[in-house]
Amino acid sequence: MCLGIPGKILEIYEVDRTLMAKVDFEGVLQEVCIATTPEAQIDQYVLVHAGFALNLLSDQEADETLKILKDLEAFNQEFYGDENRA
Amino acid sequence: MSAESIQQTKLVLNEVRRITTKAWNIMEICGGQTHAIMEFGLDQLLPEQITLIHGPGCPVCVTSLESIERALSIARQPGVIFTSFGDMLRVPGANNDLFGARANGADVRVVYSPMDAVKLAQSNPEKKVVFFAIGFETTVPSIATSILHAEKNQISNFSILPANVLVPPAMQAILSSPDNQVNAFLAAGHVCAIMGYWEYEAIAKQYKTPIVVTGFEALDLAMGILMTVRQLEQDRFEVENAYPRYVTREGNQTAQAMIRQVFEPVDRQWRGIGTIPKSGLGLRKEYQNFDAVQLFDLPLDDLKESPLCIAGSVLRGIAKPTDCPTFSTLCTPSHPLGAPMVSAEGACSACYHYHGVN
Amino acid sequence: MDQNKLSLQGPLCSVPINDHQQIVIGHGAGGNLTHDLIKTVFQKHLGNAILNLGNDAALLSMHAEVPQGMQLVVSTDAHIVSPLFFAGGDIGRLSICGTVNDVSMLGAIPKYMTATFILEEGFLISDLEKILTSMAQACLEADVKIIAADTKVTEKGKSDGIFISTTGFGWVSPKRQISGQNAKPGDLVIVSGPLGNHGIAVAEARGNLGFQSQIRSDVAPLNHMIAGLLESVPEVHVLRDPTRGGLATTLVEIAKQSQVTIKLNEEDILIDQDVRSACDLLGLDPLYMANEGKVIVILPEEFAEKALESLQKHPYGKQARMIGKVESSSEGNLLLKTLLGTTRHLDRLAGEMLPRIC
Repeated sequence: MCLGIPGKILEIYEVDRTLMAKVDFEGVLQEVCIATTPEAQIDQYVLVHAGFALNLLSDQEADETLKILKDLEAFNQEFYGDENRA
Repeated sequence: MSAESIQQTKLVLNEVRRITTKAWNIMEICGGQTHAIMEFGLDQLLPEQITLIHGPGCPVCVTSLESIERALSIARQPGVIFTSFGDMLRVPGANNDLFGARANGADVRVVYSPMDAVKLAQSNPEKKVVFFAIGFETTVPSIATSILHAEKNQISNFSILPANVLVPPAMQAILSSPDNQVNAFLAAGHVCAIMGYWEYEAIAKQYKTPIVVTGFEALDLAMGILMTVRQLEQDRFEVENAYPRYVTREGNQTAQAMIRQVFEPVDRQWRGIGTIPKSGLGLRKEYQNFDAVQLFDLPLDDLKESPLCIAGSVLRGIAKPTDCPTFSTLCTPSHPLGAPMVSAEGACSACYHYHGVN
Repeated sequence: MDQNKLSLQGPLCSVPINDHQQIVIGHGAGGNLTHDLIKTVFQKHLGNAILNLGNDAALLSMHAEVPQGMQLVVSTDAHIVSPLFFAGGDIGRLSICGTVNDVSMLGAIPKYMTATFILEEGFLISDLEKILTSMAQACLEADVKIIAADTKVTEKGKSDGIFISTTGFGWVSPKRQISGQNAKPGDLVIVSGPLGNHGIAVAEARGNLGFQSQIRSDVAPLNHMIAGLLESVPEVHVLRDPTRGGLATTLVEIAKQSQVTIKLNEEDILIDQDVRSACDLLGLDPLYMANEGKVIVILPEEFAEKALESLQKHPYGKQARMIGKVESSSEGNLLLKTLLGTTRHLDRLAGEMLPRIC
């Protein structure tokens, strides 16, 4: 149920009193309904599913997964150096 | 996929191999994740002790026989344009599918978004346009918005055939079953983008089962699996988030408010599993005039599935598609006996198409 | 009508209208209207010495046309594409290129074509002229002539605008052994450029996808590029264009015909970024999207570099790449090595490709 891809908001407008946006998916433009993300701004990235916005891309700094990756990379570097290119 | 994320994915999966000491069954309830795991061949990079089970995450597969028969019944009525997501058209009903109904003259159309169905209703005022409302929580806000849009603009010839399903009750049904084999869940990232993951906390606690919100890229999946295996190996059972760029604990409040405004939980039948209480969404009283079940007279006979199809056991992770005697013999993607063989993410279809080569 | 006010302005003779803007049933009757349609529309665009003779059949001298010892190659194709016009081409260009390419896939030089047109009552003559202009341009580019043609008209509703069927004739040396059965273990697989553009361009032109892009169909006559290829290398085993069903379906068929296992490298398969995005948005797989201006070349490894050079010199082959290898004899399998290094099995397209929401 989850085909969602991120796109960049180029324009925001209303169509028949429902909030819509023109979104750019690396060269493909689609009109997306952003009624569920009314706080969206131009140039923000939004996750889109079946022509609708699910959520905005968070620029969350405290991303736990990034920390896990950093730790793994450090571990890898320490034990295997440049030899082990996974 | 960039070279960097390929490298990182392999690093994460190496770590999974390093820390796994016991056999674990991890289930994902998300057709998109089933598809992605198969596409990347991720299961081949996991240690043998880890079994990925594809749960009932394909809304196409779990839509009940009764819903399909209702869809066919509505589609056959004169003056109706029946609209649906593409993957529903091939799902077999008792003896026909929507493709077949189209071949027999019904006006059945594929739409990519529920809003397209509303637009069709606007441009065809003399017809009744019905949208087959399937999908998990990810799709529900779009259906709710479409209904609110139709209401705002007085589009009265639009209605939906409600068939949406919810993940948490399904998870509970699986975990509370006496023959449950699942040790942990990967929660569907996009469902959680809408609903958040607070609902899973009680489930994780009650059943002592780790639940990790996971995305869809190879690296996202690898990370979700790593966090899950760490919990299993450390005997923890919490809800964690491996997809923070789109998911927060509370989720998208605007979307949830729209869902609550238009829908309410109802009991729903899951194909192959049976009725799970409060696992579906029906329209609230105020929106009954958008309910196609109310608007059309739909007589239903006693419906029987193919006795050969073991979809139920497969969807609950108790049997593998290859355990089924008709798998790839009588039951193939071009002649499916049951729902999991129809959709590309159905466990049986995915197994048929994507079986890995070692 | 008031009896006392009859007014006759002299005798009225009903002369048929003969400058229609649309096709009428009379155009198919074989009389003056048909004659006028042929002379003023068909021959205007497609005319040549043979076609303009207006006989029931075309007379060709085998000796004059087909060099001594050569074999005759014939191919036929029907075209019902909808919509008729799309970015990068139309049904006219498709009908010529499709058949020219089919003949070329045996290593043959296409020379002559026939074309039949089934027109629906009401079809705009201006659209017919656009299509014929396109066909004429394609014939010029491919250096082929239409030497026999026919046209019929159906009542409104009994066909869909225009259907075109083309048959192509060419010749090939018996020394050439190019066929789907000839792939051998050790051969390399080349494809002449990025995939999926045609399929998406046509889907987009239908107008109901809700998106816009700059994606254009790749429809093109490949005979000159293939002739150049065959001059530059002494041995080619298989040539095929990955049309319906895309690269994957086409290679599965070749693998089964030749009884071999073919393995592709995902990282070498070129897909334009916007095609990839469009496929992602719709849940379609670019490996299964139709291409109308690409060729798959399977040949001995020792000639692969030269083959690439030859293709890359041609405007339609600038992005030719080696994408895989014929590994071994088997009952016929297609494998894909993913970006992660895992391997998965690719199957034929099962029925119509449906966009997914999962």
